[in-house]
Amino acid sequence: MSTRYFGAAVPRLEDPRLLTGRGTYVDDVVLPGMLHAVFLRSSVAHGRVRNLDPSAALSMPGVRAVYAMADFAGFGSGPMPAMAPHPLLKSPVTCSPLAVDEVRYVGEAIAMVLADSRAEAEDALAAIELDIEHLPVVANARQGVADGAPRAHSGRESNVIATLRGSHGNVDAVFAAAAHRFSETFEIHRGGCHAMECRGVVAAPEPRSGELSLWTSSQSPYMVRRHLATYLGRDEVDIRVTAPDVGGGFGPKANVYPEEFAVALAALACGRPVKWIEDRQEHFLATTQQRDQFWSLEVACDATGRMLGVRGHCIHDNGAYAPYGLILPATALASFPGPYALAAFDLSIDVVLTNLVPTSPVRGAGRPNAAFVLERLADTVARRLNLPREEVRRRSFVRAEQMPYVTGGKMRDGSPVAYDSGDYAKALSLVLDKIDASGFARRRADAAARGRLLGLGFASCVEDTGLGPFEGASVRVTPAGKVVVATGAASQGQGHATTLAQIAADALGVDLSQVTIKPADSRIFPLGISTIASRVAVTAGSSVEIAARKVRDKAIKVAAHMLEAGEHDLEIENGQVRVVGVPDMNVPLSTIARVLSGSAGVPIPAGVEPDLAATGYFEANQLAFAYGSQACEVEIDPETGDTRITRYVVAHDCGRLINPLIVDGQIRGGVVHGIGNALFEHMRHDEAGQPLTATYADYLLPGAAEMPDIEIHHIETPSPRNPIGAKGAGEGGTIPAAACVISAIQDALGPEAPFVTMHPLSPEQIVEWIDKTRK
Amino acid sequence: MKAPPFAYHDPRSRDDLIGLLAELENAKLLAGGQSLVPMLNFRVVAPDHLIDINRIPDLAGIRLSADDVVLGAMTRQCDLHASADLAATAPIIRQALAHVGHFQTRSRGTIGGSCCHLDPAAELPALCALLDAEFDVAGPNGARIVKGGDWFKGYLESALEEREYLQSIRLRRWPAGHGYGFSEYARRRGDFAIAGAGALLEFAEDARIGRAAIVVFGVEPAPIRLVEAERMLVGQTFSEALLAEVAAQASALDAMADVHVSAAYRRRLAGVVTRRALAEAARPAREAV
Ligand SMILES: Cc1cc2nc3c(=O)[nH]c(=O)nc-3n(C[C@H](O)[C@H](O)[C@H](O)COP(=O)(O)OP(=O)(O)OC[C@H]3O[C@@H](n4cnc5c(N)ncnc54)[C@H](O)[C@@H]3O)c2cc1C
Repeated sequence: MSTRYFGAAVPRLEDPRLLTGRGTYVDDVVLPGMLHAVFLRSSVAHGRVRNLDPSAALSMPGVRAVYAMADFAGFGSGPMPAMAPHPLLKSPVTCSPLAVDEVRYVGEAIAMVLADSRAEAEDALAAIELDIEHLPVVANARQGVADGAPRAHSGRESNVIATLRGSHGNVDAVFAAAAHRFSETFEIHRGGCHAMECRGVVAAPEPRSGELSLWTSSQSPYMVRRHLATYLGRDEVDIRVTAPDVGGGFGPKANVYPEEFAVALAALACGRPVKWIEDRQEHFLATTQQRDQFWSLEVACDATGRMLGVRGHCIHDNGAYAPYGLILPATALASFPGPYALAAFDLSIDVVLTNLVPTSPVRGAGRPNAAFVLERLADTVARRLNLPREEVRRRSFVRAEQMPYVTGGKMRDGSPVAYDSGDYAKALSLVLDKIDASGFARRRADAAARGRLLGLGFASCVEDTGLGPFEGASVRVTPAGKVVVATGAASQGQGHATTLAQIAADALGVDLSQVTIKPADSRIFPLGISTIASRVAVTAGSSVEIAARKVRDKAIKVAAHMLEAGEHDLEIENGQVRVVGVPDMNVPLSTIARVLSGSAGVPIPAGVEPDLAATGYFEANQLAFAYGSQACEVEIDPETGDTRITRYVVAHDCGRLINPLIVDGQIRGGVVHGIGNALFEHMRHDEAGQPLTATYADYLLPGAAEMPDIEIHHIETPSPRNPIGAKGAGEGGTIPAAACVISAIQDALGPEAPFVTMHPLSPEQIVEWIDKTRK
Repeated sequence: MKAPPFAYHDPRSRDDLIGLLAELENAKLLAGGQSLVPMLNFRVVAPDHLIDINRIPDLAGIRLSADDVVLGAMTRQCDLHASADLAATAPIIRQALAHVGHFQTRSRGTIGGSCCHLDPAAELPALCALLDAEFDVAGPNGARIVKGGDWFKGYLESALEEREYLQSIRLRRWPAGHGYGFSEYARRRGDFAIAGAGALLEFAEDARIGRAAIVVFGVEPAPIRLVEAERMLVGQTFSEALLAEVAAQASALDAMADVHVSAAYRRRLAGVVTRRALAEAARPAREAV
């Protein structure tokens, strides 16, 4: 393969269209006779609907219908299907598309108004009479596991829906024999996704065919189709789901949501297209978040500070339901032992229901949580044993010569986790070198002269990417010589239209401008899973490579026949198949495509099947493990507690880079998410489960002005586990970032300050520690 | 998040505006819309009538005279920021404006809107308090002037009566070469400050303080002048001890608490920003030494 595009920093092909307002997002879908839906949502965290009277609303201008769940009888009923069933969950813990009887978080949808315009529908909301009896509230996970706690679901015996366990080795023996044991407790909070585009759905019943079409701003359009088909008792082929242009997902858009079902049910019930566009307020109330985990952990190490084992327990806030099964806590557990070669670990997680909006993975899922506690434990060891922080890590890392390294952890199917490749110590050395750790003491002294506290922090991680089983792709050359690639992997802005095109263009020897990537649409490509878990480059990327190579082989076979040449003498270049060394002897791909498109009475040559096209399914049976280290410097104003990140360096190995520009963008954006988690984003609720920070004035997303320049260095260790050598890059920026920032803050505060075991940190908290330390 | 229904009016003259104010019940004025439009979309206000005052000529403008500066209520924050005359006369205004929201919000937001909305942490009303502003208001019953401190009635509450509107604001000029300082702390750039302070100092020939003005905002429900501190400063030569004393007065204010910060932290910040603003204002004196 003559590589021309793979590895090149090609500007994103989709950008001119998206940046000049020519994208098609769900809200751009406008259909004749379409009605606008708004949801009546619960204003209490836990209660029982006593009375719902829509009569006054029904007589308001423009209002066409008000629906509660009972109005959908005959179309669908009961709770939503579970997206990711888990053996520990005996029955799905999901809500109904519209609540029946009990409501379990502020924002849960109870009814919907359909009107000629969104504004009229909102006007009518206030006219619906709703009477809710209050029930006792579980407002956080720790409260949920306390003795005598109220129940988040009044029918349940316990708020703990499952206890996950992950262990390896003889942890008791390792701890008993260890030179040192240290314990810490951690409080980790992560906010929501806050994609620029909120969620949105348009559902349209096709009166002639009886089909149902859905446009949804989703990471998982095919999962929406599958579960909706089951719910409606239909065949999947009668439902078309399209994810058009999507303005960001970051995890929460991977769920199948009650609103997607409710809008589909409403469209069927009224026989007209229905649109619902989530507004920002609803996004705060009803889109899944990640929120709280409380960890109690113990680490064992030898006399040199080498970490040997970790054990402990976590309380995980799963919110009011488990739409995504146990995936979020399970990813936290599966992220142990991180980059460290631990002889043993034993961890458990109580998955707790609360009366807050459900949680599900946000960029990194539970991995940043695991990275935070592991990195803080490494810092604990360093602090207690008075060792350099990097020394503890160097002694504890899995070493390059141990690859592939069997960690002792287990994959979801029970098979052992084995890291495929990489040099973890090298990544750490690289960031420390690039941030000039050896010159830090001088910079700290300079800052001190200005009355500022400077701190240096770093953190490392390993990330499982390329989750199976597959994301397929089809590649087709049209009679005009264009290459059309279709896949079920929806894009939310990651640049699939560029990276997948690069792979196809190389395999077929065509110019990049000749390749088009179709949006995820169940009518164009039959199967798809989800754009989650940093998996699309590995899965869809490999499938494009496989399919494009099949097309290439076919083109060469046909060309050999047409040119009367041997297949081995042919190459593919500039959109032509030609004889090596005799470029004039060639046949354009367009000609081959036209011949394979068939003409009446003319046989298809060369014994091949018609159509210059092929489909590929790369089966990702083994994960590809990306890894990296990050280092940063923070500067603290001890009077205000203001904390600015002044420098940030990333060393990252995501295997072979398809497009460094896009990978850099992914990493940079990922780091910003982690910085938000460390310093800014906090979704607060009061004891009644009322959200307190449900606007962007109160929920602090980091802005451009708060961001440092982020310097990125790539290490490229090809993954041996897929044909393109790639590893995922979507979450690696986020995973160690909060740990990195907190470690720098700790360093700035000095050895006398309390050991920092939480995030996000507010300036108020920081001055409190500074005051305490100085006293 | 769509606004509740309202009738829209866009008068083209002050007389038409007065007419509408006399006639309409439950009306709201629309200036730059940077506070009002979000409030409408959140449905925290539901006026029956919206009177857009963007098309009335002469409501915007910056006019300087020997003793004062008159700012039309509809003068955009970006125009205040860009005005070289204003920067030469009252440089603290440009300094503070850099902290008012964002480039985008400043291109719509007006000084009148800021002063009528009266967010406790808004910079422009605080500067009005600092510069002894007089508010020129008018309504169906005629025009009147509201002096300085009388404008600030409380949390989000000005002295404006129903059916009145703000026409312009008159600020007192300070002599050329006066010292000025501004400091605020917000978590993110463009956020409303948790606490902020502005200070002006005039020095006599012997470097003694001839006149002082200090305002603290974001701390109490409305901006507040530290009158005692101002009085105490007059006649003194500048020193660290003085700074500490004034900062202590700021830290003794009756600070608000909210979901983000405690009153104690806000009081601490009040002291810090006041000290920083005042130290900056004292620069001419230090440079003279
Ligand atoms: C993202 C964002 C960040 C912001 N950050 C800051 C900040 O850091 N500091 C800050 O000070 N402000 C900030 N603001 C607010 C901004 O400065 C507003 O522009 C200002 O508060 C209101 O001015 P306006 O012209 O937009 O008024 P409008 O929003 O149009 O009106 C506000 C209120 O004043 C009334 N009103 C307006 N003009 C008159 C008049 N002439 N007579 C009588 N009543 C009148 C209106 O009826 C309304 O009640 C921010 C706004 C946004 C959106």
